[in-house]
Amino acid sequence: MLPFILRRLAQAVLVMLVVGMGAFSLFQYVGDPVSNMVGQDATAAQRAQLHAELGLDQPAPVQFARFVGHALTGDFGLSLRQGREVSALIAERLPATLELAVVAALLSVAAGVPLGVYTALRRRRWDAKLTMAVSLLGVSLPTFLVGIVLIEVFSVMLGWLPSFGRGATVQLGGWSTGLLTLDGWRHILLPAVTLAVYQLTLLMRLVRAEMLEALRSDYIKFARARGLPDRVVHFGHALRNALMPVLTISGLQLGSLIAFSVITETVFAWPGMGSLFIQAVQLPDVPVMAAYLCLIALVFVGINLVVDLLYAVVDPRLRSRGPRAGAAP
Amino acid sequence: MTMRAPPTPDAGAAPQAGWKRWWASELRHDFMRSPTALLAAAVALLCLAGALLAPWLAPHDPSDLAHLDLADSHLPPAWMADGRATYLLGTDDQGRDMLSALLYGLRISLMVGLSSVVLSVAIGVVAGLVAGYAGGVVDAALMRLSDVMLSFPPILIALLIDGVGRAMFPHADDMLAFAVLILALTLTEWVRYARTVRGSTLVERHKEYVQAARLVGVRPGRLLRRHVLPNVLGPVLVLATIQVGQAIVTEATLSFLGIGVPPTTPSLGTLIRIGNDFLSAGEWWITLFPAAALVLFALSVNLLGDWLRDALNPRLR
Repeated sequence: MLPFILRRLAQAVLVMLVVGMGAFSLFQYVGDPVSNMVGQDATAAQRAQLHAELGLDQPAPVQFARFVGHALTGDFGLSLRQGREVSALIAERLPATLELAVVAALLSVAAGVPLGVYTALRRRRWDAKLTMAVSLLGVSLPTFLVGIVLIEVFSVMLGWLPSFGRGATVQLGGWSTGLLTLDGWRHILLPAVTLAVYQLTLLMRLVRAEMLEALRSDYIKFARARGLPDRVVHFGHALRNALMPVLTISGLQLGSLIAFSVITETVFAWPGMGSLFIQAVQLPDVPVMAAYLCLIALVFVGINLVVDLLYAVVDPRLRSRGPRAGAAP
Repeated sequence: MTMRAPPTPDAGAAPQAGWKRWWASELRHDFMRSPTALLAAAVALLCLAGALLAPWLAPHDPSDLAHLDLADSHLPPAWMADGRATYLLGTDDQGRDMLSALLYGLRISLMVGLSSVVLSVAIGVVAGLVAGYAGGVVDAALMRLSDVMLSFPPILIALLIDGVGRAMFPHADDMLAFAVLILALTLTEWVRYARTVRGSTLVERHKEYVQAARLVGVRPGRLLRRHVLPNVLGPVLVLATIQVGQAIVTEATLSFLGIGVPPTTPSLGTLIRIGNDFLSAGEWWITLFPAAALVLFALSVNLLGDWLRDALNPRLR
């Protein structure tokens, strides 16, 4: 078990280093920072001195090592446009994104699992077929269109829900939350549904496929042969076995919810990390891009690591064969 | 979907050029009997034809600034009270004819989507064949890279590559902006093909026909191209079909976010972004028509891909 954990950890560190190298190389394209710092009439000697003070005369590996050192303490320098610490900018926008992603994840599980079970159990009925057809539409609809349609219907036509911003927030220590006020909930509803639609359809299709697979298995036939009632067979036996892979996938999907929030946040002017990142890409504002890149990579690598380790705990075969056994396409 | 079709031998095991044979037999038979597939193909072809023939079909040339008349801006579609017959689907904020903008936008979207899919198939298939056949370091490197890339959602990778491209060339002209966008989509998608092809190549490599070809002295390049390639193309075809829809949606998303195609050559996503500003003013037609075209095309391509996957899957027969 220990060699597996160590190997998996080393792999995670390697991925982070590669991502860090990508983030670091972004800085090579913003031009020489010194020319922005000194006046027009600075001599070559003054420039060289400033270069030396900033460590820019050192070879790239040394500069990269310093970058990693700073990144580990969360220091990504100043935003080029806002002139503030990137870490502070991200810290104040992190709660908005996380709350949005968590509410969306809960929504997609709460609706996706029951719908998947229903369409699997009643798969020949017209309403189940209709749900499946609509779900294909859900996969084909781009996230931003879902947002536009929801705004048009619920904000413009019906006027029930607000279409932008977070509404009233409450400060809890360093964390600003919108989940403690009614206004905050009214604001989060539309973006959360928008973000949840794609995940919901994926989850529903996955639950349905896993349920159908489970219902076909021998232990279900045996359970039926024993005369157990449908309710026990469906929910006690089939669903319980179908849920294992579903749990893993929904764990992994939390990461993509944070990534997809880039689009949702732009549509709803949600003050989170995603809209910060989009602004940074448009400008381009390299320190913010680099920090977001590293942060998202950290989230994904972390989630993947935890899932792999949990798998190894559950399935002893993975420990001896290494991570590749679990990575078959 | 059609479960009643006669059972067939595993298509993947057929010798080379076998895929031509299935197209001639069961695949087309299935296709003709599936109303969903027929309808989806019709819609997709209609969109394709509209995009290809845009310069001839479009009543106006949206890129011709001389003919734009601001007095004609914000007109609703022809069948509404203020509509005019010359602007069948209405006009946008600059007096551009929506029907023409839609056809040209579809053309740009399809061009970006299709070229990125063609490029990523080409790169992915070559990488997958080489990795699967050569094994060793090449294979290990490819698998590690694809592990990393597949653990991130494609839209995020495309965003990042696009962002890096923008940071590298801050004053890019239109051609370069297109190249960066297509490259971003290509680099995002090629790993999927590489992994699929690598998997099938590993299986094919040990089959007798490959061993036999090797024995009679066929060189690796020719062996891969003429013998292995035709037998690993089935899954690639399915994946490529679905990815066309995916690539167009991703492009539309990037353009909607304002970091896709250059604003002088609007794609469907750009049109939707422009229209979104006027939606709350009740001018729904600027958004609705491009959005409908995008969804119709993406949906029909997804349906075709689904159908193709089921039709090519011997386990479902």
